[in-house]
Amino acid sequence: MPGTSPALDTVKHAASTPQTAQPWAELGLKQDEYERIREILGRRPTGAELAMYSVMWSEHCSYKSSKVHLRQFGEKAPASDALLVGIGENAGVVDVGQGYAVTFKVESHNHPSYIEPYQGAATGIGGIVRDILAMGARPVAVMDPLRFGAADHPDTRRVLPGVVAGIGGYGNCLGLPNIGGEVVFDPCYQGNPLVNALCVGVMRHEDIHLAKASGTGNKVILYGARTGGDGIGGVSVLASETFDDDGKPAKRPAVQVGDPFQEKLLIECTLEVFAEKLVAGIQDLGGAGLSCATSELASAGSGGMRVDLDAVPLRDSSLSPEEILMSESQERMCAVVEPDKVDRFLEICAKWDVIATVIGEVTDGDRLEIFWHGEQIVDVPPRTVAHEGPVYERPYARPAWQDALQADDPARLPRPADGDALRAQVLQVVASPNQAAKTWITAQYDRYVLGNTVLAQPEDSGMIRVDEETNLGVAIATDGNGRYAKLDPYAGAQLALAESYRNVAATGARPLAVTDCLNFGSPEDPAVMWQFAETTRGLADACRTLGTPVTGGNVSLYNQTGDTAIHPTPVVGVLGVIDDVTRRTPMAFAEEGQLLYLLGDTAEEFGGSAWSQVVHGHLGGLPPRVDLERERLLAEILIAASRDGMIDAAHDLSDGGLIQAVTESCLRGGKGARLVVPDGLDAFTFLFSESAGRAIVAVPRGEEVRFTDMCRARALPATRVGVIDGDAVEVQDAFTIGLAELREAHERTLPGLFA
Amino acid sequence: MLKPEILDPQGQAVQRALPRLGFDGVRDVRQGKRFELEMDGPVDDTVLDRVREMARTFLANTVIEDFDVRVEVTEEESR
Repeated sequence: MPGTSPALDTVKHAASTPQTAQPWAELGLKQDEYERIREILGRRPTGAELAMYSVMWSEHCSYKSSKVHLRQFGEKAPASDALLVGIGENAGVVDVGQGYAVTFKVESHNHPSYIEPYQGAATGIGGIVRDILAMGARPVAVMDPLRFGAADHPDTRRVLPGVVAGIGGYGNCLGLPNIGGEVVFDPCYQGNPLVNALCVGVMRHEDIHLAKASGTGNKVILYGARTGGDGIGGVSVLASETFDDDGKPAKRPAVQVGDPFQEKLLIECTLEVFAEKLVAGIQDLGGAGLSCATSELASAGSGGMRVDLDAVPLRDSSLSPEEILMSESQERMCAVVEPDKVDRFLEICAKWDVIATVIGEVTDGDRLEIFWHGEQIVDVPPRTVAHEGPVYERPYARPAWQDALQADDPARLPRPADGDALRAQVLQVVASPNQAAKTWITAQYDRYVLGNTVLAQPEDSGMIRVDEETNLGVAIATDGNGRYAKLDPYAGAQLALAESYRNVAATGARPLAVTDCLNFGSPEDPAVMWQFAETTRGLADACRTLGTPVTGGNVSLYNQTGDTAIHPTPVVGVLGVIDDVTRRTPMAFAEEGQLLYLLGDTAEEFGGSAWSQVVHGHLGGLPPRVDLERERLLAEILIAASRDGMIDAAHDLSDGGLIQAVTESCLRGGKGARLVVPDGLDAFTFLFSESAGRAIVAVPRGEEVRFTDMCRARALPATRVGVIDGDAVEVQDAFTIGLAELREAHERTLPGLFA
Repeated sequence: MLKPEILDPQGQAVQRALPRLGFDGVRDVRQGKRFELEMDGPVDDTVLDRVREMARTFLANTVIEDFDVRVEVTEEESR
């Protein structure tokens, strides 16, 4: 038979050879999972079917360990008028008013970025951008929350510059501004760096598109790059397997290489076919490639789909059907198009130089059927592949060491004896890699391309103008403190949300919705699973209290080397809306004579603090207390003050405490500050405590009465702690640090390590 | 050289440009890079092993690239 390999494992062949041994274990399936596949099909799977099930049932695609906990995000979701599309689609969609909808999502690309930092980080951007595009939105900005091993470790010198160059290389070529994120160093991420990527897109309400294939006879079109051997088995083998102790994955699949210029064509081409209403359903190709796109489209639609796999344009003609199904070649999309619109669809693709091929059609059955040169190699119910994969109730248990860790109170740590010692520790903390300026990294990203960036790193949130006439805008912040989460995962998740929420409010935007990327160790370790369970419970509870639903996100497990897991690291992104971006609140202390007010209460809270880490290398005790009602009140005050012009600057207080915020705001504005320690506090606690629910604001003298009256009426503690003045940060009766010396300490660290 | 299964956007861009410039008949283009190392003294097996080690651990990114090492005699040496 022409074009047919003699070894082709067809459905018919599989039915007649039940005893053939299959490499299910090598593909990452467990014995009972393999048996369940045989049960579903009533025979052994073909090679192609086995490939599909193995990638789709991997941890990365099926969320089999996390699903039972993630359900809370739906069950506890607060009622929100703003949510247009919730969890389950490529990304959630939020109503931001004036007929605009915004979609945003954060995802991980951790393991690939450790293997090949540049391409791993670059394709991480590419993947999340296609998720946003698939919802019908034009991507308008990206952000990157990053975690690396110790800043002075030699491997960090390999990983960090590669990751940063990859993010910059892909994002800059694509023409998307990178408006923020985080960079955190901790030895726990050695060998398991976290490279999360967030994208935000904007559309009109009527432009929302969903990933489903319905309408019998509709054509399935694969468009974008040709399919090659990229990342074959990447999903099942790479993303779901712990690294061995020598830091090498047991199997090393081909690395995916991104092509941002192809992606740019894909974006413009896709937006044009959307605009002409040619698309009935759409899905991007990411992890698990065609296996994922075809089974998810069919599963979310009426169920039937027929695909001729030999029609897929290949970069490497030697690929087997299994490999084509598993390939993770980048810059591809899959659309479902009504037959009379196919010609126009293909015409638009040709105009953009994008290869587009009809590979199949929607059928009236309920089976996904895939053919290879006329012979059937897949015949499965698509729901069993895409949505009804295994679900595990993994055992979890509070680790035995948790009590000892929490009992190790930082109160025992020696504190600076006098003003000189305090001064030295301030310089030490603001110069430490985690607290130092991240400009060396963010300067490598284009932050202002497209011309709508209102705020970008180092501001509290990134802010993008959505409408150039009305000045409607959105603000996004991402946060997640793994040290807090290690001490108490429930509180740590809530603190991550609270900080992100506070950061959005500090710029004057009203927080609306949440996306999260939950980075953890192996779910097969009950201690890790406990951390995960506590985190999801904490986050879902806090989202309900704050009225901000989780719209989507991603879970990354197996971030561990040997038996050592990373700190539980929930990265929480909050999206807010601001009616007029010209009223935003920046962080810079720029006007001499303005009064500095500390909002919120300061207690002796040093568990997981930057001070305890930098000065004592200590991690123990309890993280700062969470008070979500206070967070909500603080946000309301910050938003009202911004809208009514009562404050000229605001900066949230988090890791590093007040002195960190003052350092950043003074250096940003190029002005000094004179600070007075409030009654009831000592200078050390005043400067370094990390109590949550706080911000520092700069109030013009003419607005002081109005502002303090508002705080008093709403019962938010507002304490006058100083004034913007001079060219030094002076803490009365303690020390003075000139701005030049402060700048030198704060800004030289990263270039010193990596430049 | 990039491994055969690795996408090569640069090579593809060259391939697309060739017909536009009137150079037909090229089925595929892959691009790579080449290092020229001048060694002190004769290149025996020990030196060659060191160079291979150098290529494996530093000059090439073996996650995505293959390499091979060739010896050429320079003019200075042949004189």
